[in-house]
Amino acid sequence: MNSVQLHEYMSRTHQRRKWVDRWMSGLLFLAALAALVPLFSVLGYVIWNGAGYLNWDFFSKLPKPVGENGGGMANALAGTCTLVATASLIGVPWGVAAGVFLSEYGDGKLGTIVRFATDMLASVPSIVIGLFVYTLVVVPMGGFSAMAGGVALAIIMIPIVARSTEEIVRLVPVHIREAGLALGVSRWKVILRIVLRGCVSGITTGVMLAVARVAGETAPLLLTSLNNQYWNLGITGPIASLPVQIYSYAISPFDEWHGLAWAGALLLVLMVFVVNVLARLVFGTGGSGRD
Amino acid sequence: MTAQNSNSAVLQIRQLDAWFGQHHAVHGVSLEIEPKTVTAIIGPSGCGKSTFIRCLNRLHEEVPSARASGQVWLENQDIYASDVDPVRIRRKIGMVFQKPNPFPAMSIFDNVAAGLKLSGIRRRSVLREVVERSLRNAALWEEVKDKLTAPGTSLSGGQQQRLCIARALAVQPPVLLMDEPTSALDPISTAKIEELIQELKREVTIVIVTHNMQQAARISDKTAFFLMGDLVEFGDTSTVFTVPKEERTERYITGKFG
Repeated sequence: MNSVQLHEYMSRTHQRRKWVDRWMSGLLFLAALAALVPLFSVLGYVIWNGAGYLNWDFFSKLPKPVGENGGGMANALAGTCTLVATASLIGVPWGVAAGVFLSEYGDGKLGTIVRFATDMLASVPSIVIGLFVYTLVVVPMGGFSAMAGGVALAIIMIPIVARSTEEIVRLVPVHIREAGLALGVSRWKVILRIVLRGCVSGITTGVMLAVARVAGETAPLLLTSLNNQYWNLGITGPIASLPVQIYSYAISPFDEWHGLAWAGALLLVLMVFVVNVLARLVFGTGGSGRD
Repeated sequence: MTAQNSNSAVLQIRQLDAWFGQHHAVHGVSLEIEPKTVTAIIGPSGCGKSTFIRCLNRLHEEVPSARASGQVWLENQDIYASDVDPVRIRRKIGMVFQKPNPFPAMSIFDNVAAGLKLSGIRRRSVLREVVERSLRNAALWEEVKDKLTAPGTSLSGGQQQRLCIARALAVQPPVLLMDEPTSALDPISTAKIEELIQELKREVTIVIVTHNMQQAARISDKTAFFLMGDLVEFGDTSTVFTVPKEERTERYITGKFG
């Protein structure tokens, strides 16, 4: 093959490769689109069905009995906030502590066991966690309660927070820790005051994603916090929550309740969406400890 | 090694060995460091010079599987004695690292004040005074005095390294260890740090690891040459660089190997 033939041959294959490249790019674009379709159809469907019911009454009124028009989910909205706050109060310190342990001391055997246990806990079906909390909290306390719901959600949060914290804290380079130690600062203070201080935004992101995850949990709440048609003050009694309220309205035979369930679903989706976006924004502001 | 020498030395290292797991990185090194001098540790990569100075503030042992044995005497105390807390030792022996490593998410002020704050000193007036003095000593004050609240990581590489020097000086250690402090910096920043070392040696004793033999020759009073974990030669810098006693030293400084 002389050089002229070679160049001809190369320009022919070049043409072919260009076409293959275009086709493949097109296919990948379609694949990306296919991945987005379910998300946007869910979002669109929920907006289509629920937006009409999302009015001021929805946010401010208690549920009304069947047959009466109007009514809202104010108590369920407040209940979800109470449940998530309770869960965070228990789950965040616990999860962050576990994550710091895994990152700083997790290279030994104990670390491997803890990491494995955390991953196992993360994959336990949430209804099983509900059953567990039912026997652990609901039965001894003598009834369903917001407390029990909070504990159940906290157990779901712990592994998520722990693993995201571990990953973030591991990003802080060894030489930052050494600089702290070389200043004559004890190890626990280096971790708490220097390493963690550099990861606050990253850990916050992990916590917010965990919050978004548990805010929509339904199964464990059916067995722990149950539901409540009225305002619930305090955390020792049953409490309403958006997911459970959506569930009970959606399986009812009444059109009015179906509409409210859609509105509840829309609100829940929007809340989760906003928290997710906020989490990304927080992480974008830097200070993650990387350089 | 006479008795008079031992009395004046600020650091006396006796039969220091260091390991990483099975790897014997430093072989029974003994040397004495005179107060208010600059001692340069030179040698090819992997010769144990960084490991050696990391033993002097017991930072070596923080690496998993690393250990050290021997004696290092500082102010009539063996820092490897069993009742010694390494945390207290490190307050007396500061360290500056190869890569500038200001604490993330901390202002310039907080970086310098970190050592004091974390040992419980909170008086704002004390902190302000120490921060200004340390930054002046590190020749950084004029450049940062109007932006003390800016993040430490916002400074340039050379400024960050001087910030790290200020941070180490703030706890007023009598000894300052420097592990290739200029190898990540450009020539102008390097020159500034070298100039600074000359100023600092009026107050503190400096032990500096360097890859750069010209740098060792420019700034140090004493030079120690390490090769494969052994201390080959230790003496006045002018002697080591002009009439070395050992052939291996001569071969290294004339660029025949390493």
